[in-house]
Amino acid sequence: MNRITDHPILGPLEEAEMVDIIVDGQVMQARKGEMIAAALMANGKNTFRKTVKREEPRGIYCGIGRCTDCVMTVNGIPNVRTCVTEVEEGMVIQTQIGSGEWQ
Amino acid sequence: MSEVREKESRLKVDGAVSLIELHETVEYILPDEHYDHPVAVIECIEGIPCNPCETACPVGAIVVGDDITTLPVIDPTICTGCGLCVAACPGLAIYLKQQHHSDGLSYIAFPYEYLPLPEKGQAVTMVDRRGQHVCSGTVVRVIKTKRFDRTAIVHATYDSAFYEDVVNMVRL
Amino acid sequence: MKRLKRDIVVIGSGPAGLCAAIEAARSGAAVLLVDENAKIGGQLFKQIHKFFGSADHRAGVRGIDIGEQLLRQAEELAVEVWLNCEACGIFDEKTVWMVRDKEHSVAVEAQRIIIATGAVENSINFPGWTLPGVMGAGAAQTMINIHRVLPGHRVLMVGSGNVGVIVSYQLLQAGATVAAIVEAAPNLGGYGVHTAKVRRAGVPFYTSHTVKEARGNGHVERAVLVKLDSQWNQVPGSEFEVEVDTICIATGLTPAVELAFGSGCRPFNSPPLGGLVPVHDRMMKSSIDSIYIAGDVSGVEEASTAMEEGRIAGLSAAHSLGTITDQMFAERLEQLQHNVDALRSGMFGQKRREAKDAIVRSYGVER
Repeated sequence: MNRITDHPILGPLEEAEMVDIIVDGQVMQARKGEMIAAALMANGKNTFRKTVKREEPRGIYCGIGRCTDCVMTVNGIPNVRTCVTEVEEGMVIQTQIGSGEWQ
Repeated sequence: MSEVREKESRLKVDGAVSLIELHETVEYILPDEHYDHPVAVIECIEGIPCNPCETACPVGAIVVGDDITTLPVIDPTICTGCGLCVAACPGLAIYLKQQHHSDGLSYIAFPYEYLPLPEKGQAVTMVDRRGQHVCSGTVVRVIKTKRFDRTAIVHATYDSAFYEDVVNMVRL
Repeated sequence: MKRLKRDIVVIGSGPAGLCAAIEAARSGAAVLLVDENAKIGGQLFKQIHKFFGSADHRAGVRGIDIGEQLLRQAEELAVEVWLNCEACGIFDEKTVWMVRDKEHSVAVEAQRIIIATGAVENSINFPGWTLPGVMGAGAAQTMINIHRVLPGHRVLMVGSGNVGVIVSYQLLQAGATVAAIVEAAPNLGGYGVHTAKVRRAGVPFYTSHTVKEARGNGHVERAVLVKLDSQWNQVPGSEFEVEVDTICIATGLTPAVELAFGSGCRPFNSPPLGGLVPVHDRMMKSSIDSIYIAGDVSGVEEASTAMEEGRIAGLSAAHSLGTITDQMFAERLEQLQHNVDALRSGMFGQKRREAKDAIVRSYGVER
């Protein structure tokens, strides 16, 4: 896990309710209310999509919803900016290929 | 430290101020062997707009003035060594020092914002301005009060042969 | 589409927008503050370090705590806040079209609009720059200080301005290792006190160096650094590898001007402040009488400056609506101008001070 459980300025990481998310068919644990991108990186997943022509991997770049490098297919909706979208219990998240498809 | 090595270590190239650069500024005052308690030493040589050190000092030992880019000047003869400026400085550029604390040991109190914190009595490795290991040191106390706002102040003693070189410790 | 009316609409709830809303509300205007994010505060809540300045600027207080104080003030002043609300366009110089919760279209007719949309991080490209693990320094800062997740364990920082060195220090605080900080210029950009902090923690600086390539199988595994000569050309044969899993890019910011220019604000090119900005006067009024701007969108500086500028914009916008007397306005404006001037004083402030003066001169000339 890559969570920062204690911090000299921010203090210990507060307890949070955990929710299950389904990422490419695998169940992962996320902190309720956190962004999808944070949950994935905490679980060690850094590739969020693959490019349309050469299927090159992409991860987060700006982390604040501006660059759209981190988009994934979420609950069947493609091109969701995962760095600014909160996780929800049972959310189905898929690595997106190219511009994705509505499901 | 050799002069050649020092000259290469300029603040804007190496990231750390060299002793030569420090000695060229009148604002840098290293307390000599006559002090019987630690006093504040300020390594702020660039004139950034900032004056919390002045406002934090309860005895008026640090002066910046109305133009807040003026470099702070300390009067070490007034400084009581309370350490409020050490925690107040946003640049973490102030520490307390005493050359002759006891039996060939110098004393330092520096800001430390990492985890884990060292403990009283713990042996640590002291570093110079470039992060190079200089000598061993012993932690005397670790102060973390609300007033310091999450900046811990670590007090330690170390070999006074390295009095001027030491500014902090290796992270644990 | 729903149509509403407000005295002042502030777009963007970062340090500038938040302070603009507070100042305008305190001056008696009915203020609506909107932000596209789910949380208020913009990038202020990832600034966990103590700010510079004087007591007037809340110096010595951490950005996160300044943010908390501002939120309380906004609440006490009953500033209306809409989050998850994207401002998509401004029509007829006073109607803001917004989309709320990605579902509802709303038009708000405002007598005055304050644009505080901030800035976006610049990027540099090199082979491998698209690999997962290459990210903006601000992204890494968001991950560690907001989301409490380490984006990587060994980091290369590209750029030695204040953002690069502050984020490096915060990565160390979060438990990561910073393998190196590279700077293409012959001299480091950030405040010496910031570089000194990371240097004494053992982080090496490489001036006149840049990242030539990021390598790795599906993720960053190594960075190739290369020396630059005095003409900024790569020196062949000077390459060396650094083992890192993350490369952070801290090569400056560009004002987020789309909304301002889309609404017709006249641009001015100010390279020292990040490029094209809406031209404005000392009261932060744009070339359009009903539109004010503040913060990084008016020229990239620091959060402290953004807050003072925001207050000036909020005060001026409210005063233009007649909610405060001329005397109250003049007195408060003088105080705020003094505060902002102090932050632009000295050797580090000179460039920004001159750049701001040029913008203000251009405003006067062309009007």
